[in-house]
Amino acid sequence: MSELLHISSNPHIRSTSSTNSIMMTVVLALMPAAGFGIYNFGPRAGLVILVCIASAVLTEFLFGLCRKRFTIDDLSAVVTGLLLALNLPATIPLWMAALGSVFAILVVKMLFGGLGQNFMNPALAARCFLLISFPTAMTNFVCDGYTGATPLAALKAGEQVNILDMVIGNISGTIGETSMIAILIGACILLLTGVIDLRIPASYILSFAVFVTIFGGHGIDIAYLSAQLAGGGLMLGAFFMATDYVTRPITKKGQYVFGIFLGIMTGIFRLFGPGAEGVSYAIIIGNLLVPLIEKVTMPTAFGYEKGGRHER
Amino acid sequence: MAKLTFIGGIHPNDGKNLSKRKPIEDILPKGEMVYPLSQHIGAPAKAIVAKGDRVLAGQMIAEAGGFVSVPIFASVSGTVKCIEPRRVVTGDMIMSIVVENDCLYEEVEMAPKAPLEELSREDIIGIIRDSGIVGMGGAGFPTHVKLSPKDPEKIDYVIANCAECEPYLTSDYRRMVEEPEKVVAGLKILLRLFPNAVGILAVEDNKEDCIDTFRSMTQGDPQITVKALKTKYPQGGERQLIYACTGRKINSTMLPADVGCVVNNVDTIVAVYRAVMEGHPLFERIVTVTGDAVVNPQNFRVRIGMSYQEILEAAGGFRIQPEKIICGGPMMGFGMFEMNVPTTKTSTALLALTVDEVAAMKPGPCIRCGRCVEVCPGRVVPSLLADCAEHFDEEGFLQHNGMECCECGCCSYICPAKRPLTQEIKSMRKIQLAKRKK
Repeated sequence: MSELLHISSNPHIRSTSSTNSIMMTVVLALMPAAGFGIYNFGPRAGLVILVCIASAVLTEFLFGLCRKRFTIDDLSAVVTGLLLALNLPATIPLWMAALGSVFAILVVKMLFGGLGQNFMNPALAARCFLLISFPTAMTNFVCDGYTGATPLAALKAGEQVNILDMVIGNISGTIGETSMIAILIGACILLLTGVIDLRIPASYILSFAVFVTIFGGHGIDIAYLSAQLAGGGLMLGAFFMATDYVTRPITKKGQYVFGIFLGIMTGIFRLFGPGAEGVSYAIIIGNLLVPLIEKVTMPTAFGYEKGGRHER
Repeated sequence: MAKLTFIGGIHPNDGKNLSKRKPIEDILPKGEMVYPLSQHIGAPAKAIVAKGDRVLAGQMIAEAGGFVSVPIFASVSGTVKCIEPRRVVTGDMIMSIVVENDCLYEEVEMAPKAPLEELSREDIIGIIRDSGIVGMGGAGFPTHVKLSPKDPEKIDYVIANCAECEPYLTSDYRRMVEEPEKVVAGLKILLRLFPNAVGILAVEDNKEDCIDTFRSMTQGDPQITVKALKTKYPQGGERQLIYACTGRKINSTMLPADVGCVVNNVDTIVAVYRAVMEGHPLFERIVTVTGDAVVNPQNFRVRIGMSYQEILEAAGGFRIQPEKIICGGPMMGFGMFEMNVPTTKTSTALLALTVDEVAAMKPGPCIRCGRCVEVCPGRVVPSLLADCAEHFDEEGFLQHNGMECCECGCCSYICPAKRPLTQEIKSMRKIQLAKRKK
């Protein structure tokens, strides 16, 4: 035999899906929401998206340069940058957007060990960082055609909102959160390609709906409930943020627990908090509880009674 | 009826089309034959021939070395050349009997010991032991031990493992297509050992034709049922198979007999049939030679002991120089570094792949996608166990049920970060098993 054979331990085959292909799918799935954001808020929204992605990738590249370990080819920085941009208002100063990306990649992700090691969703952590640092710029939703408060804020103030507009997305808000339809198209892409499953989004949205019905003070009011579901960052959060692999429980049971926790927290923030929004904070707090949730929801090994394990 | 299955598992490209329509072809070895004395789990067999002895096909050349051990039979006629350590597929040097093949293929006289009706339970188990039969699906556990549980009355199910879930393998499939009557008759022999048992022919539903054949053959037979299983790897794993067929669960510390089950592979069952009905000891088996690097992928009836090189030549040799050659299937098989090693009782296949996709992939960091948890049939958390193994955290490994891993390879297969999860867990398990023995 002329050439040497490869030797390795079994299994000798691998599935075709890779970290890179998963990230690519997420980017694709975010395209409808991003596209609608640009259509809704004008080219400036596109600029914010580009700035966020570019600064996220550049930050990871520079960090890699220092450590001589290059990781940008896994595309995870692109996903983080894009997600952050979709969570910002189109009017945000570009340097703030860039700063958000740097914070997300450098502080939240790379300093904790890079991909897979961050304990908070980088994009959401950066959004919350910006929200606390620059509250005015972050809630400046004035955009031609749409003024002032988001429908959710209007709803909280007791005003009437147009639910159809909220579903389509002809409302003010952050770049990517306004159109429920665009987000759901993206969610379908993720679900059909198996990148995410329904465990977290379904338990999140359902528990939130139940919470709002019980404590919202409107009883079973379909219009109010639909406005709550379509408004704000709930859909984007439930399908794209809460399902972030790194910062959600890895155990199946834990994912339900996580989803229900997020639903309740979002409900509390929205109904009893000072602001109209609550998704970002709910998910961030949920992220912090992930190790605990995982610990108590470890699966029972096959062939053992519940809670039983190997004692040897 | 809902498909019978288990939780977890994967759907790899099965590659069975390469060889599934090729009838079993007999090939006779030309070169020297090597019989490793340890082809099974348990004590090695003891050689009972010496250098220079003439042996015939079907003649016992090594006797069982204990209760958990089986004899070994010559598969050709010829002269014993030497008894010395020889290289086997796993790379180990194993004491082996080497026979110079005289190409006459003279056989000893083989006849059944007595009509089946006159055989007692002990007789049948004795014949199975003395015919050298072991689990031929890959594990190589002596069959007579499996058939001797403490309390035979407590066995409710005798399951014929006809799943053949391993990709590329078609030897069991061809067996079922060409000799279904022997499978059914073999299963009936096993049922004689267990008065309260029902026989189950468990077939994956990608072998529709076998399911139909078995159904029509066993129609009206209260003793045997045919069960169609969902096609999914590792459906033929013992624990998964028992669960899919009976809903009963066993863990790594239990035996199938603990939940009233006995599981045997198709080829093993046919070997039992031939031993009991024809007095034919185990010295042949079906081997699939396949893979995209092979000229004519097909199924052979080989004499155990012939070298892989000869089987490969019978299949036309290599079309293209392969990067990787595997003994067995792609999920559970061994990577081979040399072709001139003997086939044994547990050789299921020779798989030659032109491209080694594993070598081309660079492992990355875990992104915690949870797919390994999703596919793990042992219901453990492979990513966590691999972390424990990597950091040599023995306590954590045991605490998170690391020993429940069945090493099926699903986690490594599915991992998008291409982490060698199974491999890490496997090496840690080996260390723990070795410690336990001390």
